[in-house]
Amino acid sequence: MRKVFSLFRQKEGWGKGMFSHLTLLFAVAVVGAPVLLALVFSTQTPAQIFSFPPKLAFGTATSENYSLAWETYRLGLYMKNSLFIAITVTLGKTLTAFLAATAFVYFRLPFRGFFFAFVLMTLMMPTEIMIVALFDRVTALGWADSAFALTVPFMASATSVFLFRQHFLQIPLELVDAARVDGVGLSAFMLRILLPMSRNVIAAMALIDFVYVWNQYLWPLVIIRDGSRQMVQVGLRMMTSGQDATHWGVVMAGAVLTLLPPLCVFLLLQRSLALSVSLGREK
Amino acid sequence: MLRGGWIQSPLCMERCMNISTPFSSNRWLGLLFLLPTLLILVMFLYGPILETLRLSFHQVAFLGLREEFCGLGNYRDLFFEPGYRRMFQATLIFTFFTVTGGMGLGLLLALLVHGVKGGRGFYRLFLIWPYALSPAVAGVIFLFLFSNQVGLVNAGLDALFGRHPDWLASPALAMTVVVGAAIWKNIGYNLIFYLAALSSLPRDVLEAARMDGAGHVMRLLRVFLPLLAPMTLFLLVVNLMYAVFDVFPVVDLITKGGPSDATLLMIYSLYRDGFEFLKTGSAAAQSVLLLGAVAFLTLVKFRTYGRGIHYGGRQ
Repeated sequence: MRKVFSLFRQKEGWGKGMFSHLTLLFAVAVVGAPVLLALVFSTQTPAQIFSFPPKLAFGTATSENYSLAWETYRLGLYMKNSLFIAITVTLGKTLTAFLAATAFVYFRLPFRGFFFAFVLMTLMMPTEIMIVALFDRVTALGWADSAFALTVPFMASATSVFLFRQHFLQIPLELVDAARVDGVGLSAFMLRILLPMSRNVIAAMALIDFVYVWNQYLWPLVIIRDGSRQMVQVGLRMMTSGQDATHWGVVMAGAVLTLLPPLCVFLLLQRSLALSVSLGREK
Repeated sequence: MLRGGWIQSPLCMERCMNISTPFSSNRWLGLLFLLPTLLILVMFLYGPILETLRLSFHQVAFLGLREEFCGLGNYRDLFFEPGYRRMFQATLIFTFFTVTGGMGLGLLLALLVHGVKGGRGFYRLFLIWPYALSPAVAGVIFLFLFSNQVGLVNAGLDALFGRHPDWLASPALAMTVVVGAAIWKNIGYNLIFYLAALSSLPRDVLEAARMDGAGHVMRLLRVFLPLLAPMTLFLLVVNLMYAVFDVFPVVDLITKGGPSDATLLMIYSLYRDGFEFLKTGSAAAQSVLLLGAVAFLTLVKFRTYGRGIHYGGRQ
């Protein structure tokens, strides 16, 4: 057991170092296995999947499985829907948060502390928590089955407001004063100075927001009844809910398709991941 | 010098937001900028929360056509009906194992990655990437791997030990699968944060401990764990939120709360009562309990804000 703790950076013997490497390689294999297996089985025909012992090699039904998932199970359509919703929410969220943070930082606001607390208290409130009442309200608005239901309620974000505000507070006051002295108007200040200076923050937040919306599950499940307007995660669910004859090769193809976009975002972000995931957790 | 920054608690509004020269003193324009955010929060967050509170004191019948005030009746049912007691039990068991398992494994792997000489970047990347997947994808893959007829896990167990338990039909095994999927999906998150914390530990303290001849176990217990405590508290809050809310797709896809409600987590029970059994009042009461929990966790998080970032006065 003591070997497990041979982990702290120090000059170690070869044997101890090897033990750490072997443990880690084993962990890498275990962590990666489910997705790699999904990838392998997504290429197999039902007969190959049902064979015993199972074949751990690529099968012969790759294009068939993926096109079934894409066309017949309409995953392509759901991915397009999710993409559209995700872009809309991301743009809307960024805009409202940019405006709100500008108000908090650069305006003399009445009740500023109260408003800020009002926004910030919602930082960790998940939609799921009041889903019954939210369902009633959105239905009463006549938005059930529409893109409004999937976008508008998510267009305010405490996290984004908070991050924009933190970022603005780090912009030197001298710059703000200089802009004012030079007679730069408010709109020019926001569009020509604040916006370009927030490029990195916006990019990181946009990627996080994209993944957040892409992974939406419970809310589209209850509010969207019209099959052709569904989002991708629920589309994946519909693939599994067929009777006993679940076509696992096709379902795994669906899983692989569904996980690709967030995986790309992850690879883009992974350098600054500690920051970005801490944003992603919150709404 | 930076004004504001991550260090202060977000609750100390006045001090942090004391900007001497605002760009504009046009109050109405400022409020106008705030309006979209406030409007959406009132319409789709605070409004529904108040409505949930109201509904939790009512019994709703005939598809919402009739409402009857029933005081604390929904809450009484929640605490005294055996069905709900099982739900609380399953929620506690699931939350406990998911949180401790995820954080424990995350810490262990972080210590190992931090300790090796070469390949740290490689291990980091290849250990955290499942974090990029959605809970639904994790659910579907685990459903397949543990399925009784085609599942690879049983094929392996059959070949090795000649056993093939029906994972999703036994309460304890089904819980194990759901917990496993939840931990697997989230392990990267804990790993990233523990690694970040480890690499910012004060060198002099570690050096002093080694000079004083503290052994491996001693250093883990007396030096590393206390220094990592702020990060652990932060991760505890985040992991609790994950285990209570984000795992809905995992349960929905793998077990649907079964067998015989053994994996009926609160979030799933809330969904079932609200949208399948049409017990709106009961669902609302469960929402209110969760709301209390989230409010508490939010406060904990604000209280500890920023403390997770700096260690040992090296700022």
